[in-house]
Amino acid sequence: MIRVELPAHLRTLARVTGEVAVEVEGPVTIGSVLAAVESRYPMLQGAIRDHGTLKRRPFVRFFVCMEDWSHQPADTPLPEAVASGREPFLVVGAIAGG
Amino acid sequence: MSKVRVLVGTRKGAFILESDGKRESWAISGPHFAGWEMYHLKGSPANPDRIWASQTSGWFGQQMQRSDDGGKSWQPVGNKFQYDGPTGTHQWYDGTPHPWEFKRVWHIEPSLTDPDTVYAGIEDAALFVSRDAGGEWSELAGLRGHGTGPAWQPGAGGMCLHTVILDPHDPLRIFIAISAAGAFRTDDGGASWKPINKGLYSKYIPDPNAEVGHCVHHIAMHPSRPNVLFMQKHWDVMRTDDAGDHWTKVSGNLPTDFGFVIDVHAHEPETIYVVPIKNDSEHFPLDGKLAVYRSRTGGNEWEPLTKGLPQKDCYVNVLRDAMAVDSLDSCGVYFGTTGGQVYGSADAGDSWFPIVRDLPAVLSVEVQTIA
Repeated sequence: MIRVELPAHLRTLARVTGEVAVEVEGPVTIGSVLAAVESRYPMLQGAIRDHGTLKRRPFVRFFVCMEDWSHQPADTPLPEAVASGREPFLVVGAIAGG
Repeated sequence: MSKVRVLVGTRKGAFILESDGKRESWAISGPHFAGWEMYHLKGSPANPDRIWASQTSGWFGQQMQRSDDGGKSWQPVGNKFQYDGPTGTHQWYDGTPHPWEFKRVWHIEPSLTDPDTVYAGIEDAALFVSRDAGGEWSELAGLRGHGTGPAWQPGAGGMCLHTVILDPHDPLRIFIAISAAGAFRTDDGGASWKPINKGLYSKYIPDPNAEVGHCVHHIAMHPSRPNVLFMQKHWDVMRTDDAGDHWTKVSGNLPTDFGFVIDVHAHEPETIYVVPIKNDSEHFPLDGKLAVYRSRTGGNEWEPLTKGLPQKDCYVNVLRDAMAVDSLDSCGVYFGTTGGQVYGSADAGDSWFPIVRDLPAVLSVEVQTIA
């Protein structure tokens, strides 16, 4: 299972507390993890990435193993630590807005 | 006994204010959707337990929510607003072509008869409809595809479709308004549209009498007279008696005719309300004195209504969707301010009382009168 940590507003929207865990078939990438999250929690469609282009929303960031992966292509394989469930995939609302 | 439910959208959540028909004692619930911008909430006339809410965020985009129990609980519904066909361009602020981009839902207009049908006016300006209780949304693309579309330009708040009025006598007729394109009407259920801006004069645009390009702030109709519309334009209060084919200025003796809201008394179709704002760069009441102005003659002759409203040091604004009326025998009038106050009147505006004083900035106010 892939562990995913969502920002507070999206946890409220998805009606979950704490981390969520999703099953990913095939390569574990940013794109496949997000697709699994959106499949399990359809209300998150459009909230993390655009409905049509699947581009990351500008004020949403992705962190993996203490590193910013926000600008990595969606099909980049995630580290084994995330694929094995040892580390979470972090979806973070950017600190912005003044 | 009848009761009143006031739906308030704010910059940081939604609030529901409820009272019995006396409108003296209020129960307040919220914040619903705490931390999100709630541009608009509106109840279905066909089923008052059904309420729609537009929930939006610069971080996480647009959500649509539906309640089927009068706002006690909510469920997210479809939030996919995809323009129909090629997106095309409108004008950007500097006059260059700019692609249409979905940003948010400004206004929700539930069908008058079918609780599963609801319209959404969005930024960048377009009109969408859902006929399955919010599951799927499709564009009424004839509006954006109108020949003038490439000439539309955003107002300071964005290029928003902020007003949707359904004709209670003709299900095929809809009026909409866009800042800053103007007003439009369809007579065929949304397939084709015509600009209805004749008589509007906007000296701040290259052609003050242009077919489109006017910054219409809000339009109101009394359901008994669907051909009579009242408009608060950027500057000027206007009326039409022929469904928008011709407009006439009715600002009359208003101390300033800049403003955002306009509404019509529930039982007196010639009684209308506006909140004059100093000017287009100073969005607050004249001299720090908050006043609603009422005309009982369909415009031109206006009286200030100030009893119960702050008469010094008041520098709030009242945004375009932040006034509504109830339909109790003694018509109630409600409005919210950018200072977080929601004021009500149980006597058609003669006197006012604050229902709440310290909400986040109020974006919208709607009222349900429940038998």
